[in-house]
Amino acid sequence: MSDVAVHAPADHGHDDHGGGHGHYTSLGLSNNKLAMWLFLGSECLLFGGLISTYMLYRGRVASGPSPDQVYDIPFTSASSFVLLMSSLTMVLAVTAAKRREDRNTKLWLTVTALLGALFVGGQVYEFTAFYREGMGFTTSLFTSSFYTLTGFHGVHVTVGIMMLMALRGIMSRNRVVGDKAEVVELVGLYWHFVDIIWIIIFTLVYLIPA
Amino acid sequence: MSTATEAHSHDDHADHGHDDHAHDGHAHGDHHGPSDKQFVGVALLLAAVTAAEVAISYVDIGPLFLPLLLGMMAFKFIVVVLWFMHLKFDSKWFNMAFWSGLILAITVYVAAITTFEFWVK
Repeated sequence: MSDVAVHAPADHGHDDHGGGHGHYTSLGLSNNKLAMWLFLGSECLLFGGLISTYMLYRGRVASGPSPDQVYDIPFTSASSFVLLMSSLTMVLAVTAAKRREDRNTKLWLTVTALLGALFVGGQVYEFTAFYREGMGFTTSLFTSSFYTLTGFHGVHVTVGIMMLMALRGIMSRNRVVGDKAEVVELVGLYWHFVDIIWIIIFTLVYLIPA
Repeated sequence: MSTATEAHSHDDHADHGHDDHAHDGHAHGDHHGPSDKQFVGVALLLAAVTAAEVAISYVDIGPLFLPLLLGMMAFKFIVVVLWFMHLKFDSKWFNMAFWSGLILAITVYVAAITTFEFWVK
């Protein structure tokens, strides 16, 4: 009787909300988490290409404005601080989820999404200000590579905000499938990734003069 | 009781590298990663480094400027990956998945911009 084979995942207690547990690889790793890490590893190649292109073309300003003329370092520093703090709130959401504190998890997810929205709002404001200073997408190779790089990053942040709000909504309806803490962690991994990409962009694009 | 033993099987057979208990700490109501206070401390450190980055971009520190700025950028990157993304406490396979992608990207693009004579400009 005591030898009833109960496979591990179902018995781990953190799957209170139905839907069964995530599948595990033969290494004992979560497939979802491994897939997310592989996805993030591949994203390094995408952003590596965009950053390299910007580094090559940042001096090709043609008749348009140069980076030094348009960048507003104090404003972008504040934006960077906001995104950095959103990484903190995200990690607090993950630890709250691991403690099964749903209320705190939802709170921190919401704060993270709001900070992300503030960052994206800042980026929209920055793009608008640049455009008014004569920096269109096709003005020069510098402007094209700048808007493509920072725009791609902004889209990633926006997707992250949608993931955060979707997760919050799903949690409110108690419809998280599988391990709730792991689902929050997966969204968190994506969110931290957009933060580390911004760490690179902020230094290479904004702080190092062309 | 074999049931109890097997209930932990997916952890026990896992090759979790240097932290066998990492991904499943929450299963028992506790988790073995850093505490919230430690995370706040890490965030404050990152904010301080960011402030230092901005500060040195306004002062002339000569040839140290570039290596210092790149060093601080790398430091922030690694701290976020290891602590906030929990890679320091997680499986070596996750580490391999991420770092191999990053190293491949760095290698490919350093080679690519080298062909454009980027460094001599």
